[in-house]
Amino acid sequence: MKNGGITLAQKRQKDTNRVAAVFLAPVIILLVIFIFYPIVETFRVSAFEWNGISSDLKFIGLGNWEKLMKDDKFWTAFLNNIKVMVLSILIQIPLGIAMATFVEFAGKKATIFKIIWFIPMLMSSVAIGFLFTYALATNGGIISSISQLLGGNNIDLLGNPDTALYTVIGVVAWQFTPFYMVYCVAGYTNVSEDVYEASIIDGANKRQYFVHIALPLLKPTLKSAAVLSMVGSLKYFDLVYVMTGGGPGNSTELMATYMYKLSFAQFNMGYGSAVAGGMFILISVISLVTMKVLNGKKEEY
Amino acid sequence: MMEKDYRASKVKSRISWVIACILAVSAAVVAIAPFIFMVINSFKEKFEMLTKGVFSLPEKLDISNYKEVIEGNFLSYFINSVIVLVVSLFILLMLSAFAAYPLSRFKFKLKGVIYSLIVACMSIPVHITLIPIFKMSQGMHMYDSIWALIGPYVAMGIPISVFILTSFMEQIPKEIEEAAAIDGCGKTRMFFSIILPMAKPGLSTLAIYNGVNMWNEFIFAYTLTQSQGNRTLPLAVWEFQGQYSMNTPMIMSVLTLTVLPMILLFIFAQDKLIKGMAAGAVKG
Repeated sequence: MKNGGITLAQKRQKDTNRVAAVFLAPVIILLVIFIFYPIVETFRVSAFEWNGISSDLKFIGLGNWEKLMKDDKFWTAFLNNIKVMVLSILIQIPLGIAMATFVEFAGKKATIFKIIWFIPMLMSSVAIGFLFTYALATNGGIISSISQLLGGNNIDLLGNPDTALYTVIGVVAWQFTPFYMVYCVAGYTNVSEDVYEASIIDGANKRQYFVHIALPLLKPTLKSAAVLSMVGSLKYFDLVYVMTGGGPGNSTELMATYMYKLSFAQFNMGYGSAVAGGMFILISVISLVTMKVLNGKKEEY
Repeated sequence: MMEKDYRASKVKSRISWVIACILAVSAAVVAIAPFIFMVINSFKEKFEMLTKGVFSLPEKLDISNYKEVIEGNFLSYFINSVIVLVVSLFILLMLSAFAAYPLSRFKFKLKGVIYSLIVACMSIPVHITLIPIFKMSQGMHMYDSIWALIGPYVAMGIPISVFILTSFMEQIPKEIEEAAAIDGCGKTRMFFSIILPMAKPGLSTLAIYNGVNMWNEFIFAYTLTQSQGNRTLPLAVWEFQGQYSMNTPMIMSVLTLTVLPMILLFIFAQDKLIKGMAAGAVKG
């Protein structure tokens, strides 16, 4: 079975490698062009002062990065991202569990609730942004109209720097809570019917079943939900850009909106790249650390 | 005594059940109110909303808003979105299935490295790629054309699609392949005649997940296109807002039309849609 000194097994492996290379090549090429190269390029551009249009790039080394370290606007934006992150996790996931638990316990009758609760997921962030800009308008918005019915005045939630960010967080919760509901419902289907029946036969009531059995079994689901919500909130953009554009003042500025405005409104692409790079580093570090912490404490059940 | 305890606990659970139902109904009201606000007001005349208040039902079902929107540029936005969606989705699913095949069923040296590199791209924020991709689209004279969107849309969908398809294809039993190999079926033919057809359920879930994302995508569409004739549906609202800024009912009818395809999908393929949209949850 000799074939020019190559055994059949080697020939087979070579064949396998060739097929694998052909099948993998398109995906790898696309990722290199649209993800890996842009990341490197962003860091390269961050070493220049550049308006994005002229071919005149002025090398300033770490100048943009020094500026970034001292840029109050960026750190305010980062802090806003953190607020969005913490409140998103605290609001959306518990509500998602509660809704999923309700659907789970109520059975078929509650399907109508599941359907209605899912409706916000049908809209794009941009559409939601526009809808709520009008729905929360000072004149003729939903909240103002309710307040007037109760004899109060118009309420300007988005125009007030003290309430704007929390309003945005509320709208984000409106948009994403259904996702965590669906996610937890899927988590419940992994907790088998038998476990529920066995615990009821053993005399557990629904509350005990939920606290001592379902919740621990849902833990892996909840962990990845938390990571998902975290990464999502740190790169949040669409809805805020549409609803407030980061204002009033810097009250709803996020890292992504700040980066976008610097690069594509002020055409300060060198510094915009540094902000994008900073955002990339912060998100990577935070998500790596979180995943390490969450996975480090792996428990058996 | 036991009897009394039992009854007490029964009453207690009845009460908590009533409270749960009240909360459930209020959550439903909150979920649907903005939506109803949108639909009701889209049928009103320009000033009706201001004079009659936002909660009143429209005086008559006035579809002139819709007529005006559709007679405007709306269709061109819609068609652009459909073209971008169909082309990107086809390329994405095909290439992801190509990549998932060797990653799930072959043994070769760099497999682990390549797989982790692809999957690691899942949590990268698109913003870091935005400026270079913007420059690239200009360099390749694709700026302000819907074709500029296809590359980024495909690339953004690759990591999660390869991830899901790889784990899907891993579950296809080895025996099927072995039987085919004995019949003299080569690796490439094996993919097209056996693996790809068997991966269909995974592909349909991914089609929904990626399709919804592409349909709603905003930041690339906003950055890489400029003129009205070359923009996708999520950007339609901008033009109409510029044109009818004080005419809230008109904006509401644009929004309703934008959401309509998703509503239809929800009505006719609810389970599939929910499952597909939840597919993104593996990202964690």
